[in-house]
Amino acid sequence: MLRRRLNRLFGRDERKVDSRTIYVGHRPCPATEALIPPKFCDNRIVSSKYTVWNFLPKNLFEQFRRIANFYFLIIFLVQVIVDTPTSPVTSGLPLFFVITVTAIKQGYEDWLRHKADNEVNKYLVTVLEDGRRACKESEKIKVGDVVEVVEDETFPCDLILLQSSREDETCFVTTASLDGESNHKTHYTVPDTERNLESLSATIECEQPQPDLYKFVGRMHIYRNNQEPAVRSLGPENLLLKGATLKNTQKIYGVAVYSGMETKMALNYQGKSQKRSAVEKSINAFLLVYLCILVSKALVCTTLKYVWQNRPGQDEPWYNQKTQKEKDANLYLKMFTDFLSFMVLFNFIIPVSMYVTVEMQKFLGSFFISWDKDFFDPEIQEGALVNTSDLNEELGQVEYVFTDKTGTLTQNNMEFIECCIDGFQYKYADSGTELDGFCVTDGPVNILQQKAGREKEELFLRALCLCHTVQVKEATGQGDGVADGVEDQVDGVMGLDGETVGPADLGGFIASSPDEVALVKGAMKYGFKFLGMESKNMRVMNRNNDVETYELLHVLNFDPVRRRMSVIVRTKSGDTMLFCKGADSSIFPRVRQEEVDRIRMHVERNATEGYRTLCVAYKLLSREEYDQADTGLREAKLALQDREEKLMAVYNQVETGMSLIGATAVEDRLQEEAAETMEALQGAGMKVWVLTGDKMETAKSTCYACRLFQRSTELLELTVRTLVDLGRKREERLHELLLDYHKRAVQDAPPIKAGVTRSWSSANQDYGFIIDGATLSLVLNSSPESNSSCYKSLFLQICQNCTTVLCCRMAPLQKAQIVKMVKNCKGSPITLSIGDGANDVSMILEAHVGIGIKGREGRQAVRNSDYAIPKLKHLKKLLLGHGHLYYVRIAHLVQYFFYKNLCFILPQFLYQFFCGYSQQPLYDAAYLTMYNICFTSMPILANSLLEQHICMEVLMDNAALYRDVAKNAMLGWGPFLYWTLLGVYQGLLFFFGVRFLFSNPALQDNGQVFGNWSYGTIVFTVLVFTVTLKLAMDTRHWTWINHFVIWGSLAFYMFFSFFWGGIIWPFLRQQRLYFVFANMLSSVSAWLIIILLILLSLLPEILLLVLRKPRGPHSRQKKPVVQSGVGETQSPRSSARPLLMKTFSDESNTIL
Amino acid sequence: MMKEELETTNRPDNTAFTQQRLPAWQPMLSAGIVIPGFVLIGLAFIGIGVGLFITSQNITVLEKDYTGVETTSDCYKCSNPSDKNCTCKLEFSLSNLFEGPVFFYYGLSNYFQSQRSYGASKDEYQLSGDLDYFKTPVSACSPYQYDANQKPIVPCGSLANSMFNDTFKLYQIVNGTKKLVPFDGKGIAWWTDYNIKYRNPSVTPLKNAFNGTVKPSFWSKPAYELDTSDPSNNGFVNQDFLVWMRRAALPDFRKLYRRITEGDYASGLPAGNYSLEIAYNYPVLSFGGRKKVVFSNVSWMGGKNQFLGIAYLVVGSLCVVMSMVMLIVYAKFKFPEDD
Repeated sequence: MLRRRLNRLFGRDERKVDSRTIYVGHRPCPATEALIPPKFCDNRIVSSKYTVWNFLPKNLFEQFRRIANFYFLIIFLVQVIVDTPTSPVTSGLPLFFVITVTAIKQGYEDWLRHKADNEVNKYLVTVLEDGRRACKESEKIKVGDVVEVVEDETFPCDLILLQSSREDETCFVTTASLDGESNHKTHYTVPDTERNLESLSATIECEQPQPDLYKFVGRMHIYRNNQEPAVRSLGPENLLLKGATLKNTQKIYGVAVYSGMETKMALNYQGKSQKRSAVEKSINAFLLVYLCILVSKALVCTTLKYVWQNRPGQDEPWYNQKTQKEKDANLYLKMFTDFLSFMVLFNFIIPVSMYVTVEMQKFLGSFFISWDKDFFDPEIQEGALVNTSDLNEELGQVEYVFTDKTGTLTQNNMEFIECCIDGFQYKYADSGTELDGFCVTDGPVNILQQKAGREKEELFLRALCLCHTVQVKEATGQGDGVADGVEDQVDGVMGLDGETVGPADLGGFIASSPDEVALVKGAMKYGFKFLGMESKNMRVMNRNNDVETYELLHVLNFDPVRRRMSVIVRTKSGDTMLFCKGADSSIFPRVRQEEVDRIRMHVERNATEGYRTLCVAYKLLSREEYDQADTGLREAKLALQDREEKLMAVYNQVETGMSLIGATAVEDRLQEEAAETMEALQGAGMKVWVLTGDKMETAKSTCYACRLFQRSTELLELTVRTLVDLGRKREERLHELLLDYHKRAVQDAPPIKAGVTRSWSSANQDYGFIIDGATLSLVLNSSPESNSSCYKSLFLQICQNCTTVLCCRMAPLQKAQIVKMVKNCKGSPITLSIGDGANDVSMILEAHVGIGIKGREGRQAVRNSDYAIPKLKHLKKLLLGHGHLYYVRIAHLVQYFFYKNLCFILPQFLYQFFCGYSQQPLYDAAYLTMYNICFTSMPILANSLLEQHICMEVLMDNAALYRDVAKNAMLGWGPFLYWTLLGVYQGLLFFFGVRFLFSNPALQDNGQVFGNWSYGTIVFTVLVFTVTLKLAMDTRHWTWINHFVIWGSLAFYMFFSFFWGGIIWPFLRQQRLYFVFANMLSSVSAWLIIILLILLSLLPEILLLVLRKPRGPHSRQKKPVVQSGVGETQSPRSSARPLLMKTFSDESNTIL
Repeated sequence: MMKEELETTNRPDNTAFTQQRLPAWQPMLSAGIVIPGFVLIGLAFIGIGVGLFITSQNITVLEKDYTGVETTSDCYKCSNPSDKNCTCKLEFSLSNLFEGPVFFYYGLSNYFQSQRSYGASKDEYQLSGDLDYFKTPVSACSPYQYDANQKPIVPCGSLANSMFNDTFKLYQIVNGTKKLVPFDGKGIAWWTDYNIKYRNPSVTPLKNAFNGTVKPSFWSKPAYELDTSDPSNNGFVNQDFLVWMRRAALPDFRKLYRRITEGDYASGLPAGNYSLEIAYNYPVLSFGGRKKVVFSNVSWMGGKNQFLGIAYLVVGSLCVVMSMVMLIVYAKFKFPEDD
């Protein structure tokens, strides 16, 4: 039957099939009629984007796809084509600069990628070809090649392990560079392949490439002389991934199954979608406004021009006659060119340099995070890591924090606390070092000073020793050059009998989950040592120092859905036993009820104390039962399709009717300063959601410990437990509860809208919400007839009114689902996810900002995060300190840029009314070009990198300050309007101030008159000084750099103007600024008007600055010393006067 | 500056810069500084304002429109553009001494020297004496690049072509006889324009440089005859020409024509009757323009300009008023806090 299916598979077109067939060593197999070598891609890794040839066109195309660059290109082209007032150089030069710099940067990055690619692709590997060993470049490996890899080499492509130099047909690899897990993982050869690879004739059938690192389904047909082919199942344990490194194994042979860009590593490096910050959206909105301003200015000018020209004598006065060409031109075409000319004249209102400055600010600014020594953790010898610099400011905008529990709130440093065997509680006391070394404490239970039976104890401890996937770390102290170290060490382990210190002494275990290590270590305390695996045998040293061996038959792996794992072992005596450990909820239904009753109390008590509890059960398998399970498992493992589901079904079938032996309690300690951090986040107005896979009781106690739940917090629970109601459907009950909670949390709560005053409202009841995975899926995916959207919105509304939400029993995908739901709800709040494990990756990727913790659970979270920090406590500084500052900086930068260009261009616009709408520029071309590039760019850049309007310590001490900038407060339409009005006011002032001065242009004491360029230069001088001084006024934190660039810019402007006007420039036709600046400075009136206008345009600013001063500045600038309040006569106004604070902070948004 | 080696070891550098702990001055504009500051600035501004205002008040200006729109005006007869070589008279009397040195300006209104195409219509190479551009003027000069016979126009372009060509003679009527008031035509243009920016071609006589070129169509005489009496005021460095070539910023402008610094009039125009003889050539009525003459003396701040003084007074008093307001606000909010 199998054969028939196989043939059917073969008959189909290769491409349509979701599996591929590989001929090992390219040898034709008897089963196939003819060898059609299937086409697979070669083993070249191409991570580079460009080649030498396509770099220029492709890079330019990519760059001009950005809307801003495209806009500037259009402006430039218009300048080239149409007769425009300013030369194409004025906008072409900056654009060229930006494009070139970006191209160089991208080219360099691509060159690095080419180099890295080449290093990988040209690496020499040994391939077995027709019985010979041949050296080949890695890129030439083809699917089906048999490749040899020696110790400490990385695998050149995805290989199926055929042969290992180790006796036990295994090899060890570390996937540190793939997912960061540095433990050694065991991989197995395909059973029954021949030792002689040259004569091996086999095909491998496996699924098409897919990115999941931990999934692989395939099977191998081994053909022996004219026999029915043997079929072996292939799973991830047979697959060696490209990028992983061979360890502790001399050499292996494997057949390439996926190559090049189809390897799992390559597939995984694609598509980390780019996140965009809220600030960027604001910038785009403002841009649109300015674009409208620009277009309307151009329209107004064009219209007025033609209206004005219609008046008699104005169209073509005798002194300014048109050329023949102008006379012949079509009126509408002329209007259109005029419109374009005006666009070009005013286009400086949207400057190229803003993009450059914003990018530079983000790029350079992000260094401060990685430089921060407060983020340095001496334990792991690492500081913070910045994976993207695009989101710096988003750190100051977070409204929702989604945190993982294990490893994030807690240390993921498990310690075995106590266990409960058959209803009796055992607590290990450190003093008890006897063989029988565990004394019994009571428990609040009625059983005192009693023990379970000895057999039960031992059974329980054996279960702990056997039911796991822990490896014993091979000793490293034996010298490095031990080639065949593995065997040696295994021997060494064997020889350890009777020694008091086992190899598995402290820290000698490696496991994917620290719980398992804790359990094994716990068992060790009680006298049962796990000594390690020897081929398929698990070796355990019991209390009497005898070594017991158990043959490991099957491991029923842990998965988060089943929430349990089992092993099937065979004892020396031939009994087959199944040991199972798992969450209480998944074990209890599978054991006898009376056993449950004895243990449940302990489990629940332990859970409320914040321990992680696991229940242990066992089952003696009869021969028939085992055979049935065995065949079931084997069959399921062979399945190509739906293997997971089939395996699950078998697992569920086997893991029934067990008997409960006991339960364990493992403590997971809180991270340092977890509670303080959480309190600070909540004080900063963020809502903390804990998303955990852990059980409710444990998670709840962690929440209490972290002070996320207070004693006064009223908990609203929506879990499976609360949904169980006599004889009622769950959905009805759910509906009822949701409505009830909604009434309590939303409707009855006083109408404070989330955000501003939450923490002052101590009078209000705090609510905490608890939901579990099962209920969540009920809420999200409830049946269509029961209006599911209604549930969802009810649920969201409740959650939004709770200070803390705890979601327990979450699958990784559910975590992401929740983040997505909150992210997309009304007001689209900024979300932040923080986690340390692979199960948090989905939510890290989903949230606006993803933070990885460099924890113990591998590096996947870090790799996928936007920022990575060593410890949870660093989150506080990252958000409240850095985030806040970054936000304020970039917001100020953006507003300032728009403002300074508005007051730059407005006079130019106004001048059109005085030059017959002829697009006469007010400023000289040099000034037009240099304004944004040289005269005003450095001060704002320095300011946006160094500004600390409030110093870091104060920001961290007063979490409430974070609320000042919440909801994108500084980039709202209010502040934008303020800045725009300021720009308009100053622009009007500049222009008309000089206009009235020029009502008599004789401004020198020798009676000579000034012309139009003097006019423009006076306006421009006032402009440069005003916008720079405005920035100086906004600067609260004057470092020497600020001084240098601000005064330096002004000095440079003066110097440049003298220089520009000081000589007759060769190669330039126009010498229109010749001595204009110097002449201007020789006029007292010009000086006076410049001083007057600068002062007058800054006056409203100064006034605002001063008028708000008397009202509580101290809370802003107080030093930490003042904070303590000791001996200070002038105690800081803090929360005592929320009202003043509020008015103050409202204003400050507009100022800064 | 920013690019420091990121990680030589893993530990971040502990420098003031990387830790954002650079010593910084954190200015606080406290009321104690700002209120006196405002008072001081206000008083200083008021002082300057008063000075400016008084200075401006002391400047005498005599402004006369001579476009000839009103039929009563003597120049009415000349306002017909077809009438060439028309002269008219403008009579006025001074009751006091018009203190000197007196500057004599002409003014035009509704005249857009600031138009872009007009302003660009000149050849600066030509005007700096480069003979190559005498033969092929820049195309921006069009339609005053070549004349109908394809001969290059020098100086080319609308700006030069439309040079103001009314001339004035001022007489004082002393006992019924006209006494010419001497005009000084030097020092009316920017020193740098006269000495550096504009140059005649180094050909003597100057006339030869203009061989093969024609004068601008509106001009009555070629450039090398602008001032035949003084070679240093001839050609492109003729100061009237230079004054004209410096474009005015606004459509209503005045330009310096002559200074009265010599002879009996060095200390000013004495009281009495004067007659200004105008050679009326420049047409302005076609585009609704006006022409005027302005006699003015100047001070250290230039010509008469009330605006600056008033603005200083207003801003100065604004500062003082604001400091008062601030004081009130300060008293109201600050003092309770000290309790």
